Amino acid sequence: MRGETPDLLIRGGRVIDPASNRDEVCDVLIQDGRIEYVGSGIGLPDGAAEISAEGLVVAPGFVDPHCHLRQPGYEYKETIATGAAAAAAGGFTTVCAMANTKPPVDTRATLETVQEVASAEAAVHVYSLAAITVGLGGKQLVQMGELSEAGAVGFSDDGITLASPAVMRHALEYAKRFDRPVANHCEDPALTGDAAMNEGPVSMRLGLAATPAQAEEVIIARDLALAELTGGSYHALHVSAARSVDLIRGAKDRGVNVTAEVTPHHLTLTDEIVAGRWEPIIASLRPYDPVTRVNPPLRSQEDVRALRDGLASGVIDCIGTDHAPHAGHEKHVEYAEAAPGISGLETAFGALMQLVHGGEISLPQLIERLTQGATVYRLPHGSLAVGAAGDVVVLDPEREWVVDAAAFRSRGKNSPFHGLTFRGRVLTTICDGRVVFDLNEESVETVGALGI
Amino acid sequence: MPLHRKHLLDLDDFSRDEITQVLDTAESMSEILDRPISRVPTLRGKTIVNIFFEASTRTRVSFELAGKYLSADVINVQASGSSVQKGESLVDTLRTIQALGADMVVMRHSKSGAPYLAVEELECSVINAGDGWHAHPSQALLDLFTVRRKLGDLEGKKLVIVGDIIHSRVARSNIWGFTRMGTRVVLCGPATLLPQGFEKMSDANGLVSIELDADKAIDGADMVMALRIQKERMEGGLLPDLREYSALYGVNRKRLANAKPAVIVMHPGPMNQGVEISPEVAYGPNSIIEEQVASGLAIRMSIFYLLAGGR
Repeated sequence: MRGETPDLLIRGGRVIDPASNRDEVCDVLIQDGRIEYVGSGIGLPDGAAEISAEGLVVAPGFVDPHCHLRQPGYEYKETIATGAAAAAAGGFTTVCAMANTKPPVDTRATLETVQEVASAEAAVHVYSLAAITVGLGGKQLVQMGELSEAGAVGFSDDGITLASPAVMRHALEYAKRFDRPVANHCEDPALTGDAAMNEGPVSMRLGLAATPAQAEEVIIARDLALAELTGGSYHALHVSAARSVDLIRGAKDRGVNVTAEVTPHHLTLTDEIVAGRWEPIIASLRPYDPVTRVNPPLRSQEDVRALRDGLASGVIDCIGTDHAPHAGHEKHVEYAEAAPGISGLETAFGALMQLVHGGEISLPQLIERLTQGATVYRLPHGSLAVGAAGDVVVLDPEREWVVDAAAFRSRGKNSPFHGLTFRGRVLTTICDGRVVFDLNEESVETVGALGI
Repeated sequence: MPLHRKHLLDLDDFSRDEITQVLDTAESMSEILDRPISRVPTLRGKTIVNIFFEASTRTRVSFELAGKYLSADVINVQASGSSVQKGESLVDTLRTIQALGADMVVMRHSKSGAPYLAVEELECSVINAGDGWHAHPSQALLDLFTVRRKLGDLEGKKLVIVGDIIHSRVARSNIWGFTRMGTRVVLCGPATLLPQGFEKMSDANGLVSIELDADKAIDGADMVMALRIQKERMEGGLLPDLREYSALYGVNRKRLANAKPAVIVMHPGPMNQGVEISPEVAYGPNSIIEEQVASGLAIRMSIFYLLAGGR
């Protein structure tokens, strides 16, 4: 099937490929679904299609190390097909799905189900993590050997913190044999309780049960100590607190085998928006709007600043969207009753371009952080190297657009960014040499583009 | 001057003038209540729905009577015992109320912020009769009304709120209300119920402070408000024992000796006598606890009247 992909020449764009240190105006040729040549003066091969990228940016397709595709079990929230379509619309050509489905991905059979659906129905590359513990129960390790062999790219009970230090230690030790990272959701359950938001002046004002940033810090500090003890590979999921960045920086300086991710929403919103206001971007939400409820919760301005610094300096390796789609009725309830999570694949690039326009990171840096998830899970994606998969995104950093959650390809319309104007837009997404999203031709195949 | 508001959800955005207007109107309502026949036709033909998702006696009855004295048709829905227990969502319950055609909805709910969801769903006025730990604006307004009658101008006066601050919607609404009138508010309680930084919840510049020692807090106070302590707080590990709480934070005669001689003692009810407040104080000469209940009626009539567009 892939052999039938027409060749594609992307001409005249500013090609930014952080993996090869490239940032120059040139052409990219994709043949048989793979990167064939990057450089100048390429003639249009016979039968090849041409995309003009003049005045635009051409980059490797983004890699999301953290999303929830909800299948099997929660297809009313999202399916692998709709989640992959959302990924394509957001410029992501590779996504890693979390294991907290129903049943969770804790056996080879469930993992293979996910893989089969993905290869039949997904427009982009879909990888899956496996759970750390059976049934996400926090006690008994899954069969990491078999799951690794079957293609699990890492292990995580995400959604639930692996609370037992002993089980965490053993997971980090046991996974070493398979060179797979163990990724933890970092919120101490005893300190967090049934909190609905970050603890601080806003929670005190709103009278919502709250969890302090320290609930994250104590788990990260513990996990880093255990990673140091075991030499295991550790990945900190959706880091949200200033001090967490300090802890990770210190551990990296000591040579601990750790990587970390941060979400677009933790980089751009604070807990003020739970009260319905936030100045830097003009938010128009009502107080207690459940679209702002997410775990870990949105933190303070100081935390946002530290996360941005951590992203710029590389202490935080990559962006993970933590795309968490929910059905409308799960958010149309009292704040504390709402399902936590944000549908984030389609707004990630637009939201993060605020940091570029604000001069806090450069565009090549942002692209690096949007592709480095591949390194965390050792995936053969995220670069324009010759021979690599033909995964390319064409971006317009200046294009303004208004977020319309109702038009999301994701089934989850739960976005705190709805109605905002962003500057910076994904125009075209190409996966394995096929156009899987094109802003100018909305009808282009976005679902089932691969293999069917 | 009309009150340009459709809803009463919180006092956080009330100006001093607006609060004064509600209190002044309540004075007029008090005069009506002193008449032999207290009923006036102001809200004739209007329907008020009291929907209480959490048990309440004094607040519900107070709103009910206030509506009746203004000649409104008042319907009480005890939501905690009906469809809600069968799993109906708040939104569906609210849509049912909407279909019934209410002009005003008075709502109490155990979850903070629930009235904001109601405003989104309902076309009529929404009055928050208490939501979770967040706000209880009519209680704060009646507290302001009661003490203003005793003290006059509240600017520069000192109010001490003692007890379980973090779980208290009464404390929060009183912080907004009293600081807006220029009153200094000292919050006092064990730090497990009064976390560090709580004074930053409002924008009242320097008017709110925290004092963990009750004797120091009450020193020179013009007003002391004791809050109800719930027994669940001990199960949650927030308090070791009610006996110790009473010894450290109970509002009793000895502790009040440090306050101003004419100190006013308040309690939003229901009281645990002998725990957060001693009986001799609750029923003593400084207590205005019964007057608080009576003031509630006038304040709630004032709220209905003003939200209905009265002037």
